Amino acid sequence: MHIPDGYLGPQTYGAAYAVAAPFWAVASKRMSRTLRSRQVPMLALGAAFSFLIMMFNVPIPGGTTGHAVGAVLVAVLLGPWAACIAVSVALIVQAVLFGDGGITAIGANCLNMAVIMPFVGYGVYRLISGRSDVTSRRRWIGAAVGGYIGLNAAALATAIEFGIQPILAHDAAGHALYAPYPLSVAVPVMAAEHLLLFGFVEAIVTGMVVAYLQRADASLLNGTPGKKVNV
Amino acid sequence: MKTATKLWIGLIALVILSPLGLILPAKLGTGSAWGEWSADEIHKMVGYVPSGMSRVSEFWKAPLPDYAFRGQENPSLRALSLSYVVSGILGAAAVAVLTILIGRTLVRREHSDAP
Repeated sequence: MHIPDGYLGPQTYGAAYAVAAPFWAVASKRMSRTLRSRQVPMLALGAAFSFLIMMFNVPIPGGTTGHAVGAVLVAVLLGPWAACIAVSVALIVQAVLFGDGGITAIGANCLNMAVIMPFVGYGVYRLISGRSDVTSRRRWIGAAVGGYIGLNAAALATAIEFGIQPILAHDAAGHALYAPYPLSVAVPVMAAEHLLLFGFVEAIVTGMVVAYLQRADASLLNGTPGKKVNV
Repeated sequence: MKTATKLWIGLIALVILSPLGLILPAKLGTGSAWGEWSADEIHKMVGYVPSGMSRVSEFWKAPLPDYAFRGQENPSLRALSLSYVVSGILGAAAVAVLTILIGRTLVRREHSDAP
């Protein structure tokens, strides 16, 4: 899901930077109010986890690969704004050091995986977990479903960004200047592989870690709005 | 053992297991992720390389492109796995250090952390 350089035209990657930037600004502002210095190692842990879990490419035999992102897990533990920062750091390091995702596409990749994914996934988690106890089954189920839907929301956004490229820019011969496949191809392919496989990988990873933490240290799951987190 | 310590150990386990994310796709003959093709792959798929893509796609030279060392010619899966693990260590460390720096800056900015 890491869009490389050259796949998005300037107006798309520029717009993506413009949409992602306010989220970075608000996230920094909110974190400076709510983040405790004792939580900083957890934030680093979450960011490093997100970086590493993205290295586990899951193959579709004879087809393509995909991976979990971990954004919803970080959102469940530290809130969606913290997840926005943690996953953005992971994506920026991937682009700069490893060429995984383009430099011009950092805004778009962060918008998809560090904004849309944690906020959508966290919303689903809150909807399902409600006011249940932190050790309740509704917590890990909510986290798993949140992971599934969050990753699919990110994949859909990515597919739309790819799919509008041939409409926005093509030469006289009708050849696309950037990503060549139209919405009618990009959306069904990306949706199918994430609905059928990668979404379940994300759900299992997210649900399993939350279920483990419920047993190991349920206080880590206290981080719902209005409550002070005691880590 | 503190939960945080266990979680850091879990991350080390992820680093050690990370070559699975390289070996499984290689053994199953999978190609690139959808939308992450090289110029050659694009040319095979649609019959041309989009001009905007060929212009900018190589403008950034990452030090460890695709989590591999530069300048290896036809590296074996074992060599690639080694560079994958090294990349995992370097990358995760860079991400953790950067996040700690950002976190500390944010914490300091508006409130002191009274005990």
